[in-house]
Amino acid sequence: MKGKENKNLRIRVKMESKEFGDLLDDKNQSSDFHQDHHHKETFITKYIFSQDHKMIAKQYLLTGVLFMGFIGIAMSLLFRIQIAWPEESFAVYDIFLGKWAPEGVMDPNIYLALITIHGTIMVFFVLTAGLSGTFSNLLIPLQIGARDMASGFLNMLSFWLFFLSSVIMLSSLFVEAGPAAAGWTVYPPLSALPQAQPGSGLGMTLWLISMAVFIASSLLAALNYIVTVINLRTKGMSLFRLPLTIWAFLVTAIIGVISFPVLLSAALLLIMDRSFGTSFFLSDIFVQGEVLHYQGGSPVLFEHLFWFLGHPEVYIVILPALGITSEIIATNSRKPIFGYRAMVASILAIAFLSTIVWAHHMFISGMNPFLGSVFTFTTLLIAIPSAVKAFNYIATLWKGNLQFNPGMLFSIGLVSTFITGGLTGIILGDSTLDINVHDTYFVVAHFHLVMGISALYGLFAGVYHWFPKLFKRMMNKNLGYIHFWITVISAYGVFFPMHFVGMAGLPRRYYTNTAFPYFDDLADINVIITVFALIGGLSQLIFLYNFIYSMFYGKKTVQNPWKSNTLEWTAPIKHIHGNWKGEIPHVHRWAYDYSKPGHKEDFVPQTVPIGENEEITEH
Amino acid sequence: MIGLLTGTVLLLMGIAIWQISKIHQLIQNNMGIKKDDSQIATEKDNDLQGKLMFAFLVFIYLVTIYCFWNYTKVLLPESASEHGVTYDRLMWISFAIILFAQTITQAILHYFAYKYRGIKNRKAFFLTHNNNLELIWTIIPAIVFFCLIIYGMITWSSIMNFNDQDEDALIIELYAQQWNWKARYAGQDNVLGDANVRFLNDFEGRNSVGIDSSDPNGWDDIVVTQEFHIPVNRKIIFKMRSQDVLHSAYMPHFRAQMNCVPGMITEFSYTPTKTTAEMRMNADIAAKVERINKIRYNNSQKLLAKGEEALDPYQFDYLLLCAKICGTSHYNMQMKIVVDTEKDYNKWISSQPAFSSIMQ
Repeated sequence: MKGKENKNLRIRVKMESKEFGDLLDDKNQSSDFHQDHHHKETFITKYIFSQDHKMIAKQYLLTGVLFMGFIGIAMSLLFRIQIAWPEESFAVYDIFLGKWAPEGVMDPNIYLALITIHGTIMVFFVLTAGLSGTFSNLLIPLQIGARDMASGFLNMLSFWLFFLSSVIMLSSLFVEAGPAAAGWTVYPPLSALPQAQPGSGLGMTLWLISMAVFIASSLLAALNYIVTVINLRTKGMSLFRLPLTIWAFLVTAIIGVISFPVLLSAALLLIMDRSFGTSFFLSDIFVQGEVLHYQGGSPVLFEHLFWFLGHPEVYIVILPALGITSEIIATNSRKPIFGYRAMVASILAIAFLSTIVWAHHMFISGMNPFLGSVFTFTTLLIAIPSAVKAFNYIATLWKGNLQFNPGMLFSIGLVSTFITGGLTGIILGDSTLDINVHDTYFVVAHFHLVMGISALYGLFAGVYHWFPKLFKRMMNKNLGYIHFWITVISAYGVFFPMHFVGMAGLPRRYYTNTAFPYFDDLADINVIITVFALIGGLSQLIFLYNFIYSMFYGKKTVQNPWKSNTLEWTAPIKHIHGNWKGEIPHVHRWAYDYSKPGHKEDFVPQTVPIGENEEITEH
Repeated sequence: MIGLLTGTVLLLMGIAIWQISKIHQLIQNNMGIKKDDSQIATEKDNDLQGKLMFAFLVFIYLVTIYCFWNYTKVLLPESASEHGVTYDRLMWISFAIILFAQTITQAILHYFAYKYRGIKNRKAFFLTHNNNLELIWTIIPAIVFFCLIIYGMITWSSIMNFNDQDEDALIIELYAQQWNWKARYAGQDNVLGDANVRFLNDFEGRNSVGIDSSDPNGWDDIVVTQEFHIPVNRKIIFKMRSQDVLHSAYMPHFRAQMNCVPGMITEFSYTPTKTTAEMRMNADIAAKVERINKIRYNNSQKLLAKGEEALDPYQFDYLLLCAKICGTSHYNMQMKIVVDTEKDYNKWISSQPAFSSIMQ
């Protein structure tokens, strides 16, 4: 049986290599892939319209993470300054906001626009496309032992659609009435009626177009990831020998394929309501002295459609980060990840449950209260696999020999914020308790810690860890340490006090908290939060500097700097088409044989055959 | 306050300078014989970072203690509604569990990070899994969550499944629009008249919540703006409507919130237990008012110096706030709630004009 399987696998690998050869117009059609074929590459095919997964990963990293991330974080600093020192004049507003900051004072509409675009950019562009785009692209082929993605062309198309959607989103910042300003959840009717707020005109149209293109990009990418993981694994790479990174990327892609189309339908129906007079989400509306014709629609329907994506979306964001963390913690603890099968099971459980918890965002939306009970139940269920993951990380550290490379620090940081942020989910997921903290700063603090900051830490961990693989050079570790410590201190400094602001009853998305006196005594907490936000935000410049400097002048890397087991470190440092010279390495064991007794080194790469009398440790 | 800020900034700058000096030191070292610029953590790095991990645990604890010590005073005072007492109890139980779990797990996480910081030539303990251990930490959270779910669900249904045919309950409509609230009382018959946005332009626009004048139930309805009064210890059933975009009727002191959705009527119900006058006597509220007035006094001094008018002293009132993003003035969409004794309430409501006076 086993032999037969292997044979099938071998045939499959042969076929795939052949296809890959065809793709490159390579005359050599043998199963052994020859890298030294003379394939002409121009600047454009190599750096711009590249179909190589490693180059596409770099493109995502530079545009999705560095560029969009910079804009998203900068926006948050702008509105945090307004919250701390409301309606005061700042030169920085004059420079960046121009006519939207008369005499340097931020206009309330642009405040709403900033929080909207900050949310959109961070959730979708940085943490969905940027994170998955970079690491799924880089690691899937390299860690499963494939020449490239199943379809290099679709992969390229996916990146350029993402690029297009970024350009459309950013161009909406420059339209006359301002960008979308209805919150990143764009609930109608606010987002549907240009009469209701200036941002719901052309700005909102561009937002919707950008998201439609984004979803197309995301679906192409996800399908490619799924097909690649299922079909292109090298000989010996059974599902339970996959590193947890790949499990996380695979399941993330599956959730994306299930839920993103629903957001597309919501966006399309909203476009219909906005531009073609339909009434999917609108009914009985009177705005600016006029009764509108809409009849029979319901905004609650939009909320259902939005959150059917929106909630799985937070797992689309956090799962890759958790996958990256699993890999980095195991490698740097020099220990197998604790409870590999439990980790896989919890990824699958989280994925399944993530699609049936969406209405916990809608407990008080006016939907039937009975639904509230159902969704409370499923929501608290999802806390169980999440808790298992946190405990397994901690158990992995136990009796390890921890190597505190910057990637490892950020991974431990992730576990810390994932716990802190996850725990307050117990309050928000409980329909009763949600009543009084819903749409307050408590929610803002919760989700920033559990998905925003945690996913960002995962992203940083991944960049520090795989930088040598991406750019053939090492990042400076001391700058990494400084970056880490300032970031973690500021992150808790921002979001810990914010829970109290929420529990004091302050609703989120208020342009100023001093329009009436009741919240006056929160002013100094808001100043503290903003000061930490400024320190934390500015400290990202250290990372940016380290990144750019190391790209060109960093210390040249050795082939396997972290002494890791996974396949990507068996590939040559120099990036070549097809990833490995000659035959693709075969896999003989799981990815976590660290410090296995009976071996001299404290790591045993997956390519090393099982020795005689060696116990097989696949769990 | 300022001291803390300066302290933090100095601390962070200190760390930065210290680390930069470390880099410098490394460069100096590199001049000599020992050359380690591999950018991979050395034993020395492991030692320092492991210790910093432990320090970070202390930092987390300090931040937690600081926040609870200093910010508990800004939290909402005890509930002013009947169900709010149960709400608060569930909240504190959940918080106790959260704090317990947080304290323990963060301690173990950071302690392990410190304890097992890497040493050269030591091999980690090879351990792949432990079914019993994993079972324990799956089952314990499951049991805890199960108990919370049950408690939460019972409370939830007791709050949400109120009898909306209750004859003794007072029915009030909260009407939301960009960016103000109106309240409509059902009048003598305690039945709200039919209403729709299509009637808003009737009577030269004075039909401010769109009551259908052909429905006699609506003739005695009373619409108020700026503030609305409710009698203490009587069940109130709120019916929410919105005329334009989503709003959310948030009454934090009563632990009450419900979205207002154009095209449908949503409901929430509570029984207020403390009059405004009683709440003003509450120690937490009195302290809060004092703090706010101190801030307002300082601000007034600045205004006076500029030749502007001083601020009025602040007095506590219950608030109805908007908690759902609704456009430009979302931040100032509020209405005063006054909880009166039955007698005061009756006096107030009888002085308000009914819809029929607008119809003539």
